[in-house]
Amino acid sequence: MLKINQLHKSYAIGDSSLHVLKGIDLSVDKGEMVAIMGSSGSGKSTLLNIIGMLDEADSGDYILDELPIKDLTEKKAAVYRNRFLGFIFQSFNLINYKTAVENVALPLYYQGMKRKERHELAMFHLGKVGLADWAKHLPKELSGGQKQRVAIARALAANPKLLLADEPTGALDTKTSHEIMEFIQSLNDEGKTILMVTHEEDIANMCKRIVRLRDGVIMEDKRVEQIRAEQYV
Amino acid sequence: MFKFLFDRDTWQEVYDSFSKNKLRSILTMVGVWWGILLLIGLLGSAKGLENSFNRLFGDFATNSVFVWGQNTSKPFKGFQEGRRVRLSLSDAKKVEENIEGIEFVVPRNQNQSLVVRNFISGTFTVNGDYPLLDKVQKKNLSHGRFINQNDIDDNKKVVVVSNEVYKQLFEKYKEPIGEYIQINNINFKVIGMFENGNVNMGPTSDMHIPFTTFQHIYNKGDRIGWMMITGKPEYDIKQIEEDSKLLLKNLNKIHPEDKRAFGSFNLGDQFSKMTGFLTGMQFLTWFVGIATLFAGVFAIGNILLITVKERTKEIGVRRALGATPFEIKRQIVVEAVFLTMVAGLFGIITGGWILIGLDAAFGQGEDATIVNASVSIAVVFIALIILVVLGTLIGLIPAFKATSIKPIEALREE
Repeated sequence: MLKINQLHKSYAIGDSSLHVLKGIDLSVDKGEMVAIMGSSGSGKSTLLNIIGMLDEADSGDYILDELPIKDLTEKKAAVYRNRFLGFIFQSFNLINYKTAVENVALPLYYQGMKRKERHELAMFHLGKVGLADWAKHLPKELSGGQKQRVAIARALAANPKLLLADEPTGALDTKTSHEIMEFIQSLNDEGKTILMVTHEEDIANMCKRIVRLRDGVIMEDKRVEQIRAEQYV
Repeated sequence: MFKFLFDRDTWQEVYDSFSKNKLRSILTMVGVWWGILLLIGLLGSAKGLENSFNRLFGDFATNSVFVWGQNTSKPFKGFQEGRRVRLSLSDAKKVEENIEGIEFVVPRNQNQSLVVRNFISGTFTVNGDYPLLDKVQKKNLSHGRFINQNDIDDNKKVVVVSNEVYKQLFEKYKEPIGEYIQINNINFKVIGMFENGNVNMGPTSDMHIPFTTFQHIYNKGDRIGWMMITGKPEYDIKQIEEDSKLLLKNLNKIHPEDKRAFGSFNLGDQFSKMTGFLTGMQFLTWFVGIATLFAGVFAIGNILLITVKERTKEIGVRRALGATPFEIKRQIVVEAVFLTMVAGLFGIITGGWILIGLDAAFGQGEDATIVNASVSIAVVFIALIILVVLGTLIGLIPAFKATSIKPIEALREE
């Protein structure tokens, strides 16, 4: 599904440069649910951004579903992001003047889907996250958990190969976190491949595999017994 | 692109971003609105002034020159200098026959006379005229008629008076036609009354009597006071003036380089100065209007730039969701063009209202200062095209700014 070979990335800071990723090797199979952990500055967000084609690696290979991702133009990257990837952000990143259903429909809009189809599909996904009744509401009228569920619905809308979550529970309380995790787990159960960055141990333990980063290299990569979130809900 | 423009979603996006920033968008549009309002208002007023000038001069042959005799300043063919030059009817006839490009030559005479009616009297300027005068200097007759050929042939003692004379000699509401007034102790029958317009070209005219009658009562013989020469529109009146003077010098045995023998007043010359002024005013109007328009459009660009800065994160999200840079740019340009267009259309409409207002306030009646203040459709279209072009150009700046930021940086922005 996803194959990364000797990935390097450094940022220029003033005259010196900061080597953030120092040769990452990672391979993720279809249907996996991987947590990327590490202290801040360990390079976990950078890795996720490169996987999400929001950022580009300096060297190394990145193959997504047998498609080498390199030398991307902005346009190509945009198309790949739209077709292959779904993003879930810590701060939800909903567009605040669009209703829930419009937010969910946005990736479909950029796919060039017709308005009516788009709306139906968006409603379907909103229904899946249990917010069909809230379709006409603006993000500011929703609670944090609801917002994140809208964001998840949006990430799912384009039926991506890979779901990328950057601290999806970072801005939520424990109870809501567990609800969201329960939902993400159920997506994984359905076969979605999920990659998430977190620094919370208990959230990481709800995944099937934990990859620990420190100073730009992988320290540990282990499979774990998945803790189901529903027992906390 | 066409599909994009007619897509409901495009306009939904425009509407959304507009309604999100209502106040700012409206303030921005005020700039463009004001520019186009000024352009339309000023151009319309300038046109109205031009129309009113044209109306004032319209009844007057503007391509004309007055020539009269003065004293010679050079001795010639045995004559001393300082000789009085007197033009005659035959001179007028010869000018008319020999000079190229002439339309009419109207010989005229004038005298100050005591005019009496019953017990009221006054001193007025009395003109001896041919019916032709009515052709080159249209009389605005409110009552009766002007002098005709019959009056000339029979030396009739008839007079056409101005409304000023009427006010001084007649009681209010008294019908002037058929009444008698005394000029030089001779009774004249009033056959017409005219109104002097706002602009009077050449000598004032209080009353007109037939040329031949004038000759008799003032004992003028063949002599004339001055002649009014009008040229055909396609001929240069300056040249006609030169030619006529040279011919007159020849006929009256005057030195060809004597500059003081004849006096003249070139109306065409004055008129072209006036129209030059109008052209200048129109140029100024365009200049001011378009400069203001530029300022307004720049204001829109400026605001969009700020908006883009504020929406950096949103643009980042959109790009993460799969918006291509082109789609982002396109959207911003459409917003810019839309804002300028709406503001421009409002400007055109309100500019039209201003012109309607001007017309109601100053454009009514015979001697209105602004006549039919209006702007042609072509001008409106040009203004709109300028708006669209400028809107597009100015929208490109924030559009490029928006896509020059990497999506990752945009998302990081808090």
